[in-house]
Amino acid sequence: MHQTTAIHEPVFTGENRARLEDEMARYPTKRAALLPALWIVQQARGWISDQAMGEVAEVLDLTPAYVKGVVTFYTMYHEHPVGTYFIQVCTTSPCNVCGAEDVVQALLQHTGCGDLGATSPDGRYTVIEVECLGACGFATPLLVNDDFIESVTPEGVPALLERYR
Amino acid sequence: MGFPHPPHPRENQILSTHFGDPAAVSLEGWRERGGYRALEQARSITPEAVTDIVKASNLRGRGGAGFPTGLKWSFMPKEKKGPHYLCVNADESEPGTFKDREIMRWTPHQLLEGTLIAMHAIRADVGYIYIRGEFTDVYRIMEAALEEARAAGIFGDSRVYLHRGAGAYICGEETALMNSIEGRRGNPRIRPPFPAQVGLFGQPTTINNVETLAAVPHIVTRGGDWYRGLSLSSPKSSGTKLFSVCGQVQPPGNYEVTMGFPLKELLHDLCGGPRPGRSFKAVIPGGSSVPILTAAEADETLLDYEGCVERGTMLGSGGVIVFDDSADMVYQIMRLARFYAHESCAQCTQCREGTAWTTKILERLLAGKGRPEDIDLLYDLSENMTGKTICVLSDSCAAPVVSGLNKFRDEFDTYLRHAVA
Ligand SMILES: Cc1cc2nc3c(=O)[nH]c(=O)nc-3n(C[C@H](O)[C@H](O)[C@H](O)COP(=O)(O)O)c2cc1C
Ligand code: SF4
Ligand code: FES
Repeated sequence: MHQTTAIHEPVFTGENRARLEDEMARYPTKRAALLPALWIVQQARGWISDQAMGEVAEVLDLTPAYVKGVVTFYTMYHEHPVGTYFIQVCTTSPCNVCGAEDVVQALLQHTGCGDLGATSPDGRYTVIEVECLGACGFATPLLVNDDFIESVTPEGVPALLERYR
Repeated sequence: MGFPHPPHPRENQILSTHFGDPAAVSLEGWRERGGYRALEQARSITPEAVTDIVKASNLRGRGGAGFPTGLKWSFMPKEKKGPHYLCVNADESEPGTFKDREIMRWTPHQLLEGTLIAMHAIRADVGYIYIRGEFTDVYRIMEAALEEARAAGIFGDSRVYLHRGAGAYICGEETALMNSIEGRRGNPRIRPPFPAQVGLFGQPTTINNVETLAAVPHIVTRGGDWYRGLSLSSPKSSGTKLFSVCGQVQPPGNYEVTMGFPLKELLHDLCGGPRPGRSFKAVIPGGSSVPILTAAEADETLLDYEGCVERGTMLGSGGVIVFDDSADMVYQIMRLARFYAHESCAQCTQCREGTAWTTKILERLLAGKGRPEDIDLLYDLSENMTGKTICVLSDSCAAPVVSGLNKFRDEFDTYLRHAVA
């Protein structure tokens, strides 16, 4: 999923270009297509490099500094490569009192990540704590990439990870 | 996907009638259940007439502020000078709240129908449904519903698009939401000007919550008087409300009751009360941004806008967070403060510094390094964070802290007593 080469292969060609144009047609300004454009980059490359930000700036007539300012504001955009499976666990109060921190501990242990935000040595997993995921009645909810999973327990973690090898 | 609890006979299911029914998700299924007739009805009368029905219903915004919906719509210019916009607030990020997600995943067309009726009422050309970035499953469901509606010609001249957020609670604040759609950092804007004059892309704009709009088709079909009559206590609060019950209560879930329903009965009869061997200690009735109630206060609270204010709290978004006697209130209040510190957009000094320092002081207290003067310092910070900033995120951080200090002071004092000098 990661782009490792230093040379930037343009993102907005072929299908991605078509998707961007479809997004741009939805708004009266080019700038408004910025969040959708960044999503397209992240879906294609796994993260958003400085060069990719430059490309986004160019296609939307913005400055690279402006694009970076927006990327840094929103927590879901990755400015650095992350594990193949990016796991976000809610630990805000409602889930917290239902044992969310135990789920995090189980995930850290079974993925081999060790620390929050660190990627496992095999490059597969990154686990982070996030604030309320809007599913508080289904403690503990988490996201594995784009999969929204509810009611995870510490005991359920090994079986869950089996699905993301 | 989690499954909703079976309906309880004391619920008053209007919006949630089809929760848990996979057949209601599709356009065909929605039509079979009477869907899109309200839209047809609304389009056969003038925008003013639709607004009048909603005004008569006394529907108030379900996103947290409780502003009368019909009145809000009537602020939009009658004469169009340029495009009008509707923003649907599906950013649902207030801790304790998970009702909009259920509306969208089980009844996407209920929201879409309400959206199109509102667009007719405010003469909107374009509607943007702002869905928080984490709601990946809901996004796919809404996308499919939009596609079906578009193919079936339901949109008419209206255009409706989804806009995906990217992780920022503050984007649920209506002016931050508009900035986010415009491709900017999600900083709230200073008002005035108000969105009905200068909103999205500088044009007249209305922002409504998902649950507010989901109620609209029912109001159009059954009439404003019918909806206004749904009230168990204060006549100023009408209709039904989805309460997202969560935390240390069994079973959690969304329960739809008539305004004015007793909180005690919601927690003990509709839900099954505390976990075995436990008792309730505290309840936050309206999402994490409102003052905490003790269990005794909660027993006396009626769930409507006025009933909550009477007990010193607010109905907010209807996220009911329950803590039992095993909860460490100091730790949980620190977690809430940390939430606001993390989510502050950092434009206002009182908010940026206040949320950060409140969190630091609470962390210090929890680490056994508290000082007696920290209590006053927390009160002081909270006072400075209330009523002084561009938006109310700052006030929202102070609410649980001040109410927590007032009501669970013994738990703070225990940490202080055991502090290592
Ligand atoms: C910090 C903050 C966060 C908010 N988050 C949300 C949200 O996630 N969803 C929502 O509908 N309203 C949210 N609101 C309220 C909106 O600003 C606005 O009042 C609401 O969307 C209006 O719709 P309504 O009148 O239908 O309730 C938030 C407000 C603030 C100050
Ligand atoms: S109160 Fe906080 S979140 Fe609201 S505008 Fe000011 S700094 Fe931003
Ligand atoms: S607190 Fe965990 S999803 Fe809301």
